[in-house]
Amino acid sequence: MNEQLAFTIEVFLNGLMAGVLYALVALGFVLIYKASGIFNYAQGVMALFAAMTLVGIQNGQVPFSHLINAIFGTDIHKFGWSVHSFLAIILTVFVMIALAWAVQRFVFRHLVGQEPIILFMATIGLAYFLEGVADLMWGSELKALDVCVAEGACLPQGMNTWLEATTYDALGYGFFIDNLDIVASIIAALLVVGLVMFAQYTKQGRAMRAVADDHQAALSVGVSLNFIWILVWSLAGFVALVAGIMWGAKSGVQFSLSLIALKALPVLMLGGFTSIPGAIVGGLIIGVGEKLFEFLIGAPFLGGATENWFAYMLALLFLVFRPQGLFGEKIIERV
Amino acid sequence: MKDNAESYVTEDGRTIGPVVMEMKNITLRFGGVEAIKDISFDIREGEIRAIIGPNGAGKSSMLNVISGFYVPQEGEVWYRGAPRPAMKPFQVAQQGIARTFQNIALFEGMSVLDNVMTGRLTHMKTGMMAQTFWYGSAEREEIANREVAEKIIDFLEIQAIRKTPVSRLPYGLKKRVELARALAAEPSLLLLDEPMAGMNVEEKEDMSRFILSVNDEFGTTIALIEHDMGVVMDLSDRVVVMDYGKKIGDGTPHEVRNNQEVIDAYLGVAHD
Amino acid sequence: MFYREAGDFRTTYKEDQQTFPIKFDRYRYYLVLFLAIFVVPFIVNDYWVNSLLLPFLIYAIAALGLNILVGYCGQVSLGTGGFMAVGAYSCYKFMTGVDIWWGGELLFRLPEFNIFFSVIMGGIMTALVGVLFGLPSLRIKGFYLAVATLAAQFFLVWLFNRVAWFYNYSASGQISAPERDLFGVLITGPSTTPWAAYMFCLFFTIVSAYIARNLTRGAAGRKWMAIRDMDIAAEIIGVNPLRAKLTAFMVSSFFIGISGALFFAVYLGAVEVGEAFGIQKSFLVLFMVIIGGLGSIFGSFAGAAFLVLLPVVLKVVGVDLLGWPTDIVAHLQLVIVGALIIIFLIAEPHGIAQLWRVAKEKLRLWPFPH
Repeated sequence: MNEQLAFTIEVFLNGLMAGVLYALVALGFVLIYKASGIFNYAQGVMALFAAMTLVGIQNGQVPFSHLINAIFGTDIHKFGWSVHSFLAIILTVFVMIALAWAVQRFVFRHLVGQEPIILFMATIGLAYFLEGVADLMWGSELKALDVCVAEGACLPQGMNTWLEATTYDALGYGFFIDNLDIVASIIAALLVVGLVMFAQYTKQGRAMRAVADDHQAALSVGVSLNFIWILVWSLAGFVALVAGIMWGAKSGVQFSLSLIALKALPVLMLGGFTSIPGAIVGGLIIGVGEKLFEFLIGAPFLGGATENWFAYMLALLFLVFRPQGLFGEKIIERV
Repeated sequence: MKDNAESYVTEDGRTIGPVVMEMKNITLRFGGVEAIKDISFDIREGEIRAIIGPNGAGKSSMLNVISGFYVPQEGEVWYRGAPRPAMKPFQVAQQGIARTFQNIALFEGMSVLDNVMTGRLTHMKTGMMAQTFWYGSAEREEIANREVAEKIIDFLEIQAIRKTPVSRLPYGLKKRVELARALAAEPSLLLLDEPMAGMNVEEKEDMSRFILSVNDEFGTTIALIEHDMGVVMDLSDRVVVMDYGKKIGDGTPHEVRNNQEVIDAYLGVAHD
Repeated sequence: MFYREAGDFRTTYKEDQQTFPIKFDRYRYYLVLFLAIFVVPFIVNDYWVNSLLLPFLIYAIAALGLNILVGYCGQVSLGTGGFMAVGAYSCYKFMTGVDIWWGGELLFRLPEFNIFFSVIMGGIMTALVGVLFGLPSLRIKGFYLAVATLAAQFFLVWLFNRVAWFYNYSASGQISAPERDLFGVLITGPSTTPWAAYMFCLFFTIVSAYIARNLTRGAAGRKWMAIRDMDIAAEIIGVNPLRAKLTAFMVSSFFIGISGALFFAVYLGAVEVGEAFGIQKSFLVLFMVIIGGLGSIFGSFAGAAFLVLLPVVLKVVGVDLLGWPTDIVAHLQLVIVGALIIIFLIAEPHGIAQLWRVAKEKLRLWPFPH
């Protein structure tokens, strides 16, 4: 088998895996956008916040310890226990639900009916706020995330070596794919199926779709907007947690996590803001596209690091020719 | 029917000029839906031309075709004796066609005066550089156009709210400001999309008065869409009646009122 | 009481259209100008200029530029950092003489520009780049456009990082401003006197504000605002949307380019692109515009002043007074800025400028409530 081609395929597969993670973050955006028309820039920071909270709880860190120490001159850092991963995840989910409630209660309840662009800017403010709070709560140093699922420890160890060996035997070239990526794709797939089922077949899911369609009409048939919005933000928080665990396990929990999540924006522009399959397909296209572009054109001809902008440029060019995205309907303007 | 190029005098003594705009076999589709089916009619210089019909008849779409916002799939728009080439809406506006909207489309972030001044934009030609330093032609032009805008403001009796942000005005006044903005362009053809929708009787009377005196004093040709039959019959020289995208009647108010098809469309007809 | 307006009649449209129709406002504005030009340069020291005045003046220009695009024309841009970088690198290239290569050979080298014209060239080049990235705005609207401008941000930073031509092949990958003077007075370089740097930036700030004011009160400004408030209606009454948007991008980028050039040449002196002009800078300037007031010239200044002052005040209070570690203060600053953005959007979407307007209305009537 041609060496170059094999390399390309491997890059393709790795891109697919990165795309799954992009899609995961994008999914959080879509959930909130569908139900409230809010383009939540803070989704990335929410993932960071969730991951930091998870690590903090695991390690038994005292929240805001630095601030407390600074104010009161004390010297406390840890409770002196560590929490089991599973329990810590459950606790973090509760924290994210509380966050969802707070965001709804203190921010967006006061911004109902504002223009989308105002809401968008509010979420940028929210992103700054959350980032500051996360840093104050848990400290801003790079943290290692160590969860059973994320490490791939729950899967049979050596799955990637098995894959490499099998493909070597079959094709004459061993493909290397990170264990973590395999786990991530499986979890992402499960999450998507779960969310779609939830939206289609449960009462709350139906209410959610009703709200997405028309706030006032939903209100008039007795759907509680407040409840739905908190529900949606909680779901987005949960998705953020999952994404945060994946990204965090891959490259450590640090600020750049929220920047990587910015990549979800072009994913959405490609896939359309309201389409869950769009988010998945868009994520995969961007993931594969940027890895392939870097491998085939960026690194050899342009000096590398094209991953920084490829996704945005692709989305920009794409939108110029198809402003409604891949799956959006054609917009008919009216006066 | 009178010759296209000829003027004539109506029974109540109004002089109507030759044809300025002619719609020839216009068909407009949205996907599979035909909003306008093969409609032809003309608008003559100096007349008030009404387009009426039940909801969803395609009246607003027709106005949008005239102002270049929708491009019909078939048919031609003739303007001043020549077929109009494909045009963007802003080019149509530069030809001297101004309009108001069914759902008020004012610039909510600006004052009344600024809104009226936007109507003058098609007449303002000074380049960016002159505006940058506000010298010479930029300032002269601004002041000259301000004078025109102020005349319109006087005419429509909205002097008192000149500097009020539009977003603070009540509905009726907004409609009037929108008319002012359209008039500020000194259009040769003025399109009014339901100028009296949602108004009470007094406001309707005011608006009718304004429409008549615009037509009278400036000689502006007006095409309007309206639901209030009394108003339409009083104001207009000729009426087009549309139903389900088709033209079912065309003529003087009196002719239209006695047209059997029109009566059926408005009152319903027994199918047997 | 404060305003003695009675008898202050405007009898011509010219008088009615001036920037400060009320006498009191006009005199106060002259007073501020007088102080800024004839008093401040003689009393400032290094600390005041470098930690407060220069950043304020330079960010004010950037905020003016962004405000024209976002506040007046309604096109949200997250590419400000990238555009500032274009200004900085163009200024650098023109300062040091642009070299044109073809096929590995040096074709010719432009003479080194005077610092004043280098800054202007920074603005002009940025205006061109801005128009280029503004082209999609005809088809892309709202936050789709905001995300599309991220392409400009990331691509431009990458470009200046990777293409060695832009930083004259220096080993560090940085650009640093050589010593340049204007009429024999040093403007750039380490031995520049504070007052010279201040006056140089002040000149650009005043001229920018003057131009911005003239453009926004005339036909160009009305076209932008019409597009902002309702683009479809604007097109139907005769505004060419592409031209209106592109001129907004052009003027806005021009100012942002000027501010980037000053930021590099006069304020920092040496710049690493990712650090100085990263995405954080885009947000900082956007926040200035939001907090200061969308669609207001004064607001651009107020927002710049506020966000330049805030970290200084926090540092003085937190680090110097309370003795907290700097990283905690930095995090606290994030929290405060984020919260302020949200509070302003909820309580006063028109920012400090609106608070100021309301206060002025009250003062004009004072001591009577109505």
